Amino acid sequence: MIVEGRVIKLGDKIDTDLIIPAKHLKYTDPQYLAQHVLEPLDPEFSKKASKGVIVVAGKLFGMGSSREQAAIALKAAGVKMILAESFARIFFRNAINNGLPVMVCPNISNIVMDGDYVVANLSLGEVSIPEKNVVVKCKELPEIVIRIISAGGLIEYLKALGK
Amino acid sequence: MRGQTLTEKILSRASGKTVTPGDIVEVSVDLIGFHDLTGFHIIEVLEGVGYNFLPNPERLVIGFDHLVPPPDVRSAEIQRSIRNFASRSKVLRFHDIGDGILHQILLERYVLPGQVVVGADSHTSTAGALGAFAQGMGATDVAATIITGKTWVSVPQPFKVVLKGFLKEWVTGKDVALEILREFKADYFNGMSVEFYVENAGSLPMDYRATIANMGIEFNADSVIFIPDEETNNFLVRERGYGYEGVLPDRDAEYVDEYVLDLRDVDLLLAAPYSVDNVKSVAEVGGLDVDMVFIGSCTNGRLSDLEIAAKIMKGRKVRTRCVVIPASRKVFNRALELGYIQTLVDAGCVVTFGTCGPCIGGHFGVAGPNEVVVSTSNRNFKGRMGSPDSKTYLSGPSVAAASAVMGKIAGPGDLQ
Repeated sequence: MIVEGRVIKLGDKIDTDLIIPAKHLKYTDPQYLAQHVLEPLDPEFSKKASKGVIVVAGKLFGMGSSREQAAIALKAAGVKMILAESFARIFFRNAINNGLPVMVCPNISNIVMDGDYVVANLSLGEVSIPEKNVVVKCKELPEIVIRIISAGGLIEYLKALGK
Repeated sequence: MRGQTLTEKILSRASGKTVTPGDIVEVSVDLIGFHDLTGFHIIEVLEGVGYNFLPNPERLVIGFDHLVPPPDVRSAEIQRSIRNFASRSKVLRFHDIGDGILHQILLERYVLPGQVVVGADSHTSTAGALGAFAQGMGATDVAATIITGKTWVSVPQPFKVVLKGFLKEWVTGKDVALEILREFKADYFNGMSVEFYVENAGSLPMDYRATIANMGIEFNADSVIFIPDEETNNFLVRERGYGYEGVLPDRDAEYVDEYVLDLRDVDLLLAAPYSVDNVKSVAEVGGLDVDMVFIGSCTNGRLSDLEIAAKIMKGRKVRTRCVVIPASRKVFNRALELGYIQTLVDAGCVVTFGTCGPCIGGHFGVAGPNEVVVSTSNRNFKGRMGSPDSKTYLSGPSVAAASAVMGKIAGPGDLQ
């Protein structure tokens, strides 16, 4: 599975209260959530992401609450993938369950710059920056996880299995 | 065979095979919990796959706590839909508004040592206080667990913490949690299970253990678990009228590392905005003007917290807005009997019960722009308690109560 796009860089410890504040949690509609994604950090983020972007971040991306809307909002806003030095456990699972590709890539925030065009190969666990001729090694995902992501999430994966 | 940690023992039992750290295993789940604000999402997922009831309701606990009593029509709708779903599904352990915060209800009534507990809320980690393996998960994972009775977990790397000695006056479990965050920061324990050995069972009452386990998710630990001891058993006898022999780790259990903390060395601490590991002493941030104090939440809304607050506020008046929310009806009733509620009301606090309240900026005291809040809850992320321009300092009950009385950040020692 290949995912490519321009990078928006975020820092360490992007928590779920930043990704989608609690006042929006009464809804699960992806389009509604997308409008408010990362609002406290950057009210323009949703607009910036709408063309389809890859988020590169530091440590503990998605730390905090279990709100699945965090993964839904990022995906619906146009985030095609998140590459981070580490993820909070619950967010990582939520992303996979919602078909949002995620990979743990040590040191990536020191290598990839804002605006870089990156090509991520999930099956190989690699991210390349063709313009810079650089390849970043990431933690490979189990095959089952790639299948769930490719299906669009856990529910879609299970539905397809049942057919 | 190598000795097993408590986490490994529980996960081996629940998966039916001998696990080692790093394994990904399917485990049967003993107890599942959700609240109003994640419950409706779970039900949407269940309905999406064709379930218009909750299968296997006997393992399920529902507690309304986030937006209760409903502050708006949408919250009321959410609660009505879950109420109907629960009734159709014959969920017996259903706790409507007022019973309390889910994590507190789970502790008081349902969790047993050695269980695997999964909840649709990150602070499900609280159940680790009783010696259970407890993890928060998202709505889809919890819906899948409700359907199958199982989930998958990655067996965490085990880390041992030994707590020895006794705490100083006014210092509580919150300060222990903040001390650990000061020492290790928020990312050190990612992927680990932190197993707490308390050398003197009486040095750390269950309330304090619950606070530390609750904050385990702020350590970003995969799980936090207290090795069951006399205090665990006493708590169950006290709360439920029965004792319980919990499973214990092997004596030769192997840990990746060990940290020994002498409780005497722990001081009163706060976490300054906007990070739980931005830990400061009272001296470092003391004197800062405070607009609101919140004493409550699944972290610090228990009887010992109210006792400390009442001790400090007795015969005094608060100089800030002060909201106090006991974590459950049981806690509220006891605090009422013991006179704590009267003391807090006389001091000028607003007291209600059975809700998360201002912790998530939902209602009962949302923070306005540029306001400074001292809160006994668990997160001080930007915008968490309301305006993104508000600032939350996290503390235990002693600092929160003293700050309310002084109108600025203060410790009990600063009171005249």
